[in-house]
Amino acid sequence: MVVFDKPKSLADVPLHYCPGCTHGIIHRLVAETIDELGIEGRTIGVAPVGCSVLAYNYFNCDMVEAAHGRAPAVATGLKRSDPEKHVVFTYQGDGDLASIGMAETVHAAARNENITIIFVNNAIYGMTGGQMAPTSLPGQVTQTSPYGRDTNHCGFPVKVSEMLSQLDGAGYIERVAVNNVKNVRNAKKAIKKAFQNQLDGKGFSLIEVVSTCPTNWGMTPVDALKWVEEKMIPYYPLGVYKDRDAESKEEA
Amino acid sequence: MAEKVLMKGNEAIAEAAILAGCRHYFGYPITPQTEIAAYMAKKMPKIGGCFLQAESEVAAINMVYGVAGTGKRVMTSSSSPGISLKAEGLSYMAGSDLPCLVVNIQRGGPGLGGIQPSQADYFQATKGCGHGDYRMIVLAPSSVQEMASLTIKGFDLADKYRMTSMILADGTLGQMMEPVSLEEAVINDYDKSWAVTGTEMKRKKNLINSLSLVPEELEKLNFERYEKYKLVEENEVMYEEYMMDDAEVCVCAFGITARIAKNAIAMARAQGIKAGLIRPITLWPFPEKVLEEAADKVKGFVCVEMSMGQMIEDVKLATKCKKPVSLCNRVGGMIPSPEQVLEKIIDADKGGNE
Repeated sequence: MVVFDKPKSLADVPLHYCPGCTHGIIHRLVAETIDELGIEGRTIGVAPVGCSVLAYNYFNCDMVEAAHGRAPAVATGLKRSDPEKHVVFTYQGDGDLASIGMAETVHAAARNENITIIFVNNAIYGMTGGQMAPTSLPGQVTQTSPYGRDTNHCGFPVKVSEMLSQLDGAGYIERVAVNNVKNVRNAKKAIKKAFQNQLDGKGFSLIEVVSTCPTNWGMTPVDALKWVEEKMIPYYPLGVYKDRDAESKEEA
Repeated sequence: MAEKVLMKGNEAIAEAAILAGCRHYFGYPITPQTEIAAYMAKKMPKIGGCFLQAESEVAAINMVYGVAGTGKRVMTSSSSPGISLKAEGLSYMAGSDLPCLVVNIQRGGPGLGGIQPSQADYFQATKGCGHGDYRMIVLAPSSVQEMASLTIKGFDLADKYRMTSMILADGTLGQMMEPVSLEEAVINDYDKSWAVTGTEMKRKKNLINSLSLVPEELEKLNFERYEKYKLVEENEVMYEEYMMDDAEVCVCAFGITARIAKNAIAMARAQGIKAGLIRPITLWPFPEKVLEEAADKVKGFVCVEMSMGQMIEDVKLATKCKKPVSLCNRVGGMIPSPEQVLEKIIDADKGGNE
């Protein structure tokens, strides 16, 4: 009896991610979801620019590589090409989604675009070697904030889930983490719900996944997980920020 | 022959796009092309199509990228400053070999410039809008009828070669009304097996992508793409020759200025000067051959442009500078008069006699 297997929609190739990086876990959760919902044959994924740029190699469904930050706009086109058939998700990091692609993110949410966004927040630009991200914490040392992020000089991190939850258009916004087993299980539930929402025509869903970057944080993988718990999660509290479906049920 | 209707150039483009089977339009408001968006907003919902006003030109071209990836006909339109914003997306379209139609109803620049007509985006359109080695098919209508027919042609060429077709017109052509006959478009069936439409678990996955990290592979992709461009250059050049049979002065102009040139040529001929016109309809591929042949026959060339002289460089290259090439231009939204063109024709005629 097989008790643990590789998801079928995840390609059987080695991932390029650094040791201890949690992209692999998040990829797996997305692939498990695609398998369980039986939607691989109608799913189109959109990869970003950043560490997960090669995500297009890791999923077996049709994939599109978008320009930096433009994934939600590309996803809009993919979805509207055939709204009944296409299941469309984007997989984006914090620089891609919350800096250069902020306009595309906000407006896809405002339009209640019926797509699913997996937003991986690890508070740093990984691919380019560890620069300050829109989500880098105050005081965080990066290559471009070598004395620590000075909020007087370059302002404060963007809390994407909190911000998007203010939009009437956004359907479902939840922040999860993958730093321990309990959180991974919750993350899976949220990701699955975000895809199910799309299948049910419930509109824009975004799951923010608090993630790690041991390499550019300059930590061991274990210390990185600890840093998520001690520094990241207090600044980026986990939980459901918007669930229009649940809200309307409560009102009823 | 379909019945003639009176239409604005911008509306003719929109209606022709629908006739060509385009059911997805994404755009952002900018003068002087907004009629295209307004027409699409009205029509698309009635015919099962999708009109969506994007948050920016950048988003619009990326929405186009998404639909193009699924193999469906899709377009966007804008005017000069907006095309600059789309340049990023156009480079990605080229890098991913995706077909689409982009309309540029040019206005004066640079910067915010003005809202009056211009032809100063010739370089931008023909020499590459965004980064990297790539080409777009650039079609330059000079009447409302051509706004329609070249839109239909543009969609076909885009699908045929998997590349961007650009309609390069200007504010005059966009805004002016002329009778136009809109005929059913022949929609050719091109291979779209590369499109991302879901594998349906029946085929290997497709990937729309412009990233290639191995230099040898990226080089190969570029060489292959340029082989394709060579085919376009060999097969798709379009131009109009007007009174060139006995011409001693060749005026070269595209779009609206070609019409002014025709008036000037009539005036010149009335004075006994044998002037003619070569009007490039495709600005890329550029009609080099006909110009080179003309260079052996005429005394000189006059380029009429609403720019500081952009196409003139291609005319000089095509004619290998065998004969003098002069520029007759107005810019900033100003339009050359036939008299101004006539003067240059007279000069060229004299210059050639020296």
